[in-house]
Amino acid sequence: MARQKLKEIVIDRSWCKGCGICVHFCPTKVLEIDANEKSVAVRPEDCICCKMCELRCPDLAITVLIDQGEDNEK
Amino acid sequence: MAIQDYLRQRYFPHMWCPGCGHGTILNSLLRAIEELEIEKNDLVITSGIGCSARISGYVDFHSLHTMHGRALPCATGVKLSRPHLNVIVPMGDGDALAIGGNHFIHAARRNIDITAIVMNNRIYGMTGGQFSPLSGPGVNATTAPYKTIDNSFDTVKLAIAAGASFVARSTAYHAQESTDILKKAIQHKGFSVVEILSQCPTHYGRKNKEGDAASMLEFHKKNTARIGSKALEKNPDLTPRGIFVDVDTPEYCAEYEKIIAVASKEKM
Amino acid sequence: MKNKIKFIQGNEACVEGALYAGIDFFAGYPITPSTEIMEHLARRLPERGGKFIQMEDEIASMCAIIGASLTGRKSMTATSGPGFSLKQEAIGYACMTEIPCVIANVQRGGPSTGNPTHVSQGDVNQARWGTHGDHSIIALTASNHQDVFAMTVDAFNLAETYRTPVILLLDEAVGHMREKLIVPEEGELEIVDRLRTALGRDVDYHPYLPREDGRLPMSDFGGEHRFNVTGLFHDMWGFPSNNPKVINELLRHLVDKIENNVQAITRYKEHCLDDAEYILVSYGSSARSAIHLAKSRRNRGEKIGVLELQSLWPFPTELVREKCSNAKAVLVVEMNMGQVLAQVKAAVEKPDRVFLANRIDGKLITPSDIKKLLRVIQGRGV
Repeated sequence: MARQKLKEIVIDRSWCKGCGICVHFCPTKVLEIDANEKSVAVRPEDCICCKMCELRCPDLAITVLIDQGEDNEK
Repeated sequence: MAIQDYLRQRYFPHMWCPGCGHGTILNSLLRAIEELEIEKNDLVITSGIGCSARISGYVDFHSLHTMHGRALPCATGVKLSRPHLNVIVPMGDGDALAIGGNHFIHAARRNIDITAIVMNNRIYGMTGGQFSPLSGPGVNATTAPYKTIDNSFDTVKLAIAAGASFVARSTAYHAQESTDILKKAIQHKGFSVVEILSQCPTHYGRKNKEGDAASMLEFHKKNTARIGSKALEKNPDLTPRGIFVDVDTPEYCAEYEKIIAVASKEKM
Repeated sequence: MKNKIKFIQGNEACVEGALYAGIDFFAGYPITPSTEIMEHLARRLPERGGKFIQMEDEIASMCAIIGASLTGRKSMTATSGPGFSLKQEAIGYACMTEIPCVIANVQRGGPSTGNPTHVSQGDVNQARWGTHGDHSIIALTASNHQDVFAMTVDAFNLAETYRTPVILLLDEAVGHMREKLIVPEEGELEIVDRLRTALGRDVDYHPYLPREDGRLPMSDFGGEHRFNVTGLFHDMWGFPSNNPKVINELLRHLVDKIENNVQAITRYKEHCLDDAEYILVSYGSSARSAIHLAKSRRNRGEKIGVLELQSLWPFPTELVREKCSNAKAVLVVEMNMGQVLAQVKAAVEKPDRVFLANRIDGKLITPSDIKKLLRVIQGRGV
């Protein structure tokens, strides 16, 4: 299976409470908490699409959109 | 369908504190429901009182937010009346096993087809951090200023002893595992108990120096191990996770249908 | 089909009434002196596809009928004093969430375990104020089996009409006594079915938005409309709210829907009341003795009548005032320390002419018990 490619990490800023769970457990340190205490994807290029941020988010604020490009069809 | 489509979004953001494990459990539960492709109209969520109980208001199903500890008997009325409905009952540890303890063991004894989720954060969060029957000894709480001396229940052992036909445990850290277990629990025909260790950073974490939400999740990770794993074999003090019981025993509503068959025949 | 004549206990008459009214679901817990109700329904309900469940306790029984009612089933539980106390939390929940259900309380002596096998009428005020917080409630009662039947049917009807729990206040004497019941034919008594919303699938349904007449069309759990039910103050969708306007309007609605309909809810009977100089106000098994006394004294030319109340809550204040307006004296005949007495005193123009003829020792009050007091009031010696 080809490695999944990230399209976008969508974070609903009005739902995010900035608990930092996603930041702490991201294996490639893609996310950070910004000055407004909200999670933000600062290094999306490092994302491996494991979706653990989305699955663990207690605010249901994160959606990891995966590129459904040709590579991923194989 | 995205899991957000199962939410009553106009009530978001939800009222839980930052880092509350209950949100993660809701997240896992909605994924299970989505993957099982359950129709919204075929699902009833019944809850009691407490932080956990607020789940029912947030989800776009038939939702019944009842009284403290009384979610299971209310759910029993719903299920026995309309056995085709899926009935899921999320409860807190105090809700399920203190004030609702009697209902819990009897629902298990009847083996009625309800999925009970015990969201165990070992504390009464909504009232501000009193110890619960799942806190165990040595815990700081507002009602235990010198630490608790009360022993705790083992939810899994209690559910098994009471007759639940599906019993499992996971944690808020193990979100994917929780979803997988919840799927099986919902599909199981009979009384299912899924204990999910949750975290209350606000009232438990701070008082017991367990740090923020992330470090409490690290605690779930470090202190639990899957049944049958090497880790558990090496260190039996770890809390076991996984499915402990999954047996096929007569289910209450199905048995009652047999009563109806006998009674209506006698009548004729 | 011909009328069925039965010779049965009052508790069985209650069961017959519930079946006639269309009961689908019963949950209960054994307690003297109401147990026969659950025993008979355990047999009778499944015969017609209904559901019966013996729960782990009184609280659970009340909760189960709430859950069942939400799915569209006519639901009932039965109990007595100690169990009635335990059910109060959930009765309040049913008031707040406007879930129709019927609670039969076959009264025994209290407080506490009290006098389980003997008669009392000590739960009148508990029926009104047993659960916490402002609310209103409907409570019916009956003195004979034909009326137990009719009042049970009415209890279901009123529960559906006003979307509220209705208390059926029976007592041990009526519950355990055997007498004749003629089961009415189908159609003879009115049956009120649940008012359901006519709104279709994709129309925004407001489960807690009353119509102009105060009634709220329901939608069954499992049906087309998904909504929230909560014991917290809630908006028209049933979602929790602490908005002062929402709280104010909901609480007023819960009280007004009953208190503004006292006349429609009131049930009573008159016995020799027209020209009565002395009026006995009574209900339940006490009323049997009151009626007996009135009739026997009438035969001797004394102008005594009975106002038999069959609805105790909301209290029929206007009715009592009107009926008692020309009386020289009013005797409230009941088996407690004066629970209805207080209501009657508050209702009439001359409360100092209202007296209590009671008995609280577990024995049924007799006509001669009442007569003794009557004689004193009439100034005719002891």
